[in-house]
Amino acid sequence: MGPVMGTLTLAVELAWWQQTGIRAVVGLLAVLLPAGTLVYLFLFKMMSFMQSRLGPMEAGPFGSLQLLAEVGKFLQKEDIIPEKADRIVFKAAPFVVLISTFLLVLVIPAGPDAWFIDVDTGIFLALAVSSISVIGILMAGWASSSKYSLLGGLRAAGQLVAYELPLVLAVMGVVIQAGTLNVQEIVMAQATGEIFGWGGIGNPFIITQFLGFAIFLVAVQAELTQPPFDMPVAESEIVTGYLTEYTGLRFLLFFIGEFATAGIFSALAATLFLGGWYVPGIDPTSDLFNVIGPAILLGKVILVAFLIFWFRFTYPRFREDQLQQLAWKVLIPLSLANIVLTGILKVVF
Amino acid sequence: MSMLAAVADMDRLTSGEALVAQNVAFAVMAITMIASALRMVTTRNVVHAALYLVIVLSGVAGIFILLGAEFVGVTQVMVYIGAIVVLFLFGIMLTKGSFGEDDGVSGERRLMAGLVGLLVFGVMTAALVDSFADAELAREAPSTTAEIADSIFSAYIVPFEAVSVLLLAALIGAIVVARRD
Repeated sequence: MGPVMGTLTLAVELAWWQQTGIRAVVGLLAVLLPAGTLVYLFLFKMMSFMQSRLGPMEAGPFGSLQLLAEVGKFLQKEDIIPEKADRIVFKAAPFVVLISTFLLVLVIPAGPDAWFIDVDTGIFLALAVSSISVIGILMAGWASSSKYSLLGGLRAAGQLVAYELPLVLAVMGVVIQAGTLNVQEIVMAQATGEIFGWGGIGNPFIITQFLGFAIFLVAVQAELTQPPFDMPVAESEIVTGYLTEYTGLRFLLFFIGEFATAGIFSALAATLFLGGWYVPGIDPTSDLFNVIGPAILLGKVILVAFLIFWFRFTYPRFREDQLQQLAWKVLIPLSLANIVLTGILKVVF
Repeated sequence: MSMLAAVADMDRLTSGEALVAQNVAFAVMAITMIASALRMVTTRNVVHAALYLVIVLSGVAGIFILLGAEFVGVTQVMVYIGAIVVLFLFGIMLTKGSFGEDDGVSGERRLMAGLVGLLVFGVMTAALVDSFADAELAREAPSTTAEIADSIFSAYIVPFEAVSVLLLAALIGAIVVARRD
């Protein structure tokens, strides 16, 4: 719930609607700020440096206000709806994708008291709501009544359903090791954990669950339909797939959804495998973490997102059959083996 | 404080506040669900029907959460909305019927569908009234995931494994039927 809430609840008791208002504003910031940061740092700047160019330089210092200029550009554009499109479904599709994104951010804690909701099912809830976005993508693909859009939508559905399994199974190892689905307790388990009796840095699960971390990142890459898994939006084959007919604000919503989801999945990976808002050396129950926790989490998010975008700008696109083979013949068996191994070790130790 | 924990602190059957909030939430969800369910069976567009089904299923998840069955509610979203409806939509979009109105529904089928619907409604009503007529909601805190896991893997382990084997058999059967070579 952000540092504000943590301290405010101690000082004054807020009414339910006031808490909800603060939650909504902080939630909006928690979705948009990391998304904007990722677009500027990685999509604008890192990609440019990897291609030996400067990237945006005009708007603001080092082009840092380019994002606002882009938003302004999209807002000015005409909102075109194809004549034969299913208008209501076409208009609703980007919002369904955004709903999934906004529900995802709810489970990520940013400090010992700084969370939106403290649910028992935690990570399970996150993985469940992340699957809603597939429906938005299928709606967009079908409602555009364009061949390219429909192909893109079908490709996206096949890909997202296939990669949801390794995504969920990779998390299972962490859940077994932490003994809980609650995200806050998973962070605590890492903060208070010990490596063979040595508790100096806690026990970030990336050490014991490195395989899980690797599978999680690959599956996230596919869930985000980013290269090398970008067949659903392959511009050279099917003209950006389900996005073909979208313009202006509605395209912007899809765009925000994509990068916000990238940020949130990075936050999930940081929370599950890198210790979330915790850094070694400070007592994990300290109130200090309610203040610096969000910044620490953002730092770890940028670290994970760097990996995701590094792969994105490095590898060429897979073929459709290679994509399905990677999911069903490599990632799923590996993650199942990881679960069995983690289970055995959990019982032994 | 999370909403579930807040509800757990109150007595769910006597506390006025919790009761009003629950009733309002239930009414909103129930009305939305009934309206969507009716539109789902009356609409002539198959894709719209599948999308109305999404609304009905989200309502079911919401009602599970309202009853304190958080894990079941989340599973509802994961399995039904995230997987089954996606497969419905996937299948529908591969057919030609997804574009334009489908007038293939004949009067004879409508009669049979109505009969089956009536029969299912009768059986379900009888069964539910028979077993839950005087039942009250449990006054304890919402069920936790750990409790569910404990009961599945101890008291209900045999039925759980039996269902798993049944599903596996259905899966293998589907592959055998679909394979041509």
